[in-house]
Amino acid sequence: MALTSSDVSRIAQLARLALREDESAAMLVQLNGFFEIVEQMRAVDTAGVEPLYTPLSAIEDVTLRLREDVVSEPNNREANMANAPAQDAGLFLVPKVIE
Amino acid sequence: MTTALHDFTLAQQSEALAAGTTTSVALTQHALSRIQAHSHLGAFLHVDAEAALAAAAASDARRAAGQPLSALDGVPIAHKDIFVTQGMPTTAASKMLKGYQSPFDATVVAKLKAAGVVNVGKLNCDEYAMGGANENSAYAKALNPWDTSRIPGGSSGGSAVAVAARLVAATTGTDTGGSIRQPAALTGITGIKPTYGRCSRYGMIAFASSLDQAGPMARTAEDCALMLQAMSGFDERDATSAQQAVPDFVAALNTPRPGATAEKPLNGLRVGVPKEFFGDGVSADVLAATRAALAQLQSLGATLVDISLPRTELSIPVYYIIAPAEASSNLSRFDGVKFGHRAAKYGDGNVDKLNDMYRQTRAEGFGPEVKRRIMIGTYVLSHGYYDAYYMQAQKLRRMIADDFQAAFKVCDVIAGPVAPSVARAIGSQTDPVAEYLADIFTLPASLAGLPGMSVPAGFGEGNLPVGLQLIGNYWQEAGLLHTAHAFQQATDWHLRAPASLA
Repeated sequence: MALTSSDVSRIAQLARLALREDESAAMLVQLNGFFEIVEQMRAVDTAGVEPLYTPLSAIEDVTLRLREDVVSEPNNREANMANAPAQDAGLFLVPKVIE
Repeated sequence: MTTALHDFTLAQQSEALAAGTTTSVALTQHALSRIQAHSHLGAFLHVDAEAALAAAAASDARRAAGQPLSALDGVPIAHKDIFVTQGMPTTAASKMLKGYQSPFDATVVAKLKAAGVVNVGKLNCDEYAMGGANENSAYAKALNPWDTSRIPGGSSGGSAVAVAARLVAATTGTDTGGSIRQPAALTGITGIKPTYGRCSRYGMIAFASSLDQAGPMARTAEDCALMLQAMSGFDERDATSAQQAVPDFVAALNTPRPGATAEKPLNGLRVGVPKEFFGDGVSADVLAATRAALAQLQSLGATLVDISLPRTELSIPVYYIIAPAEASSNLSRFDGVKFGHRAAKYGDGNVDKLNDMYRQTRAEGFGPEVKRRIMIGTYVLSHGYYDAYYMQAQKLRRMIADDFQAAFKVCDVIAGPVAPSVARAIGSQTDPVAEYLADIFTLPASLAGLPGMSVPAGFGEGNLPVGLQLIGNYWQEAGLLHTAHAFQQATDWHLRAPASLA
């Protein structure tokens, strides 16, 4: 069940990656090469096995820690926005989406 | 003959500082001049001499004032450029983050700073820590000091080179699928990836959040213990940071095991030898060095126990499903809006401008390996494929972790090779999938979240270093460091230096 070039375009669109034609072609070959080694994994019987989303749950129950719902960070807007490619008046600027 | 300053281990630097026979400024100046003299090795992406010398002078002043100091106060180190640092650029070796300045320090960076270390700069690595050769850095290749035509390994390649070339005595690294252990092995140094949750991930640019761990790289197990001590501990800013007491790693090095003697410090230690780690895929030179290291452990009193980790080979597809899945999610934040690169040109024709800005920005900012992993991850998480790939991989991940728990019923530590061969030539591997296969021996412990180490264990083809991997059960870093330290008291592989860099 090899991927096709239309699969690659669909995945690239989901991933928000503009791929050149030559990149897409190479990607198709590489992804199919990769999914060949994945086949052995798909064949293993895992019925009844719980997925291991975080490693320590292999030996103990892991629950997400909750904190008090209080402000813990100071206002650091200027420093936090200093790396923005485009900003104005404390707002991040993006291309116009509504004409 | 006196030992040159750059041959001092971290522990020796600490002693010399305490004894007043050197100063932090002298150590830092020496490190800076060596970094400059060996800049062709590509270890560093950024060096801040001025800040380093100021921090060194401040350390010397603290010492002169008689303030209580940590063992690491005044020693020069450097950070992998995956850790965000205030006042220095952080790039993750990606064009995406060229010129990025973090408004805060990673917890590991802050902890080491609080311990008084002098940070001299940021170390080269594979882009977003994705790779095993440091060939995926957007800025520079890093060269193996043992043979500059060879890779140093990766992704913490610059961290390994800086220590192996004796530019600094210790560095930080990160390990998602082997990125501390494998470069440590290929450059003949010592490195430890602690248990998942031991070191905070806060401020480590995320690759695969359920796998990423910070750890130290240095020449000796003792130096790794000193570093790990300062790096470890609970952090409320990391949701998966463990509330686990941090033992005294340095004291553990020399705490005798029950039944130990001076000649047999490892008496009673059961070393599991997984048969899957010694198969046809391992080159003869690596096998010979690894077997000699196992015999050395035996002569120190350890008993070898045959074990099996039957799903070792399956760890490759399992890891390369899970890690890219998490990466595709983590790297979605690089969208050209809040920080990082934004494409200058987008929205040609009558297309959705915002969407095209994302697509062009990410196409320009990410390198080929990062794009591949984002594509794999996006696909395996997409509608209709999630159960077949991602869910199946997570189930197998539990089976792999369970295999380790079964093995630890009959042994205390697991030993084997780190990598199937010594460092390959730069540019000699063009098939990305073939490159993934070489991670086979480091991936299982990563998937299980177990601590793992690489310890220098001899030399193979081309007089290139071979590393012995030690894997422990959860939270057993102290035991690994103790074993490695005992091994290093009886061997001198970790003291060997590349002849050209004496």
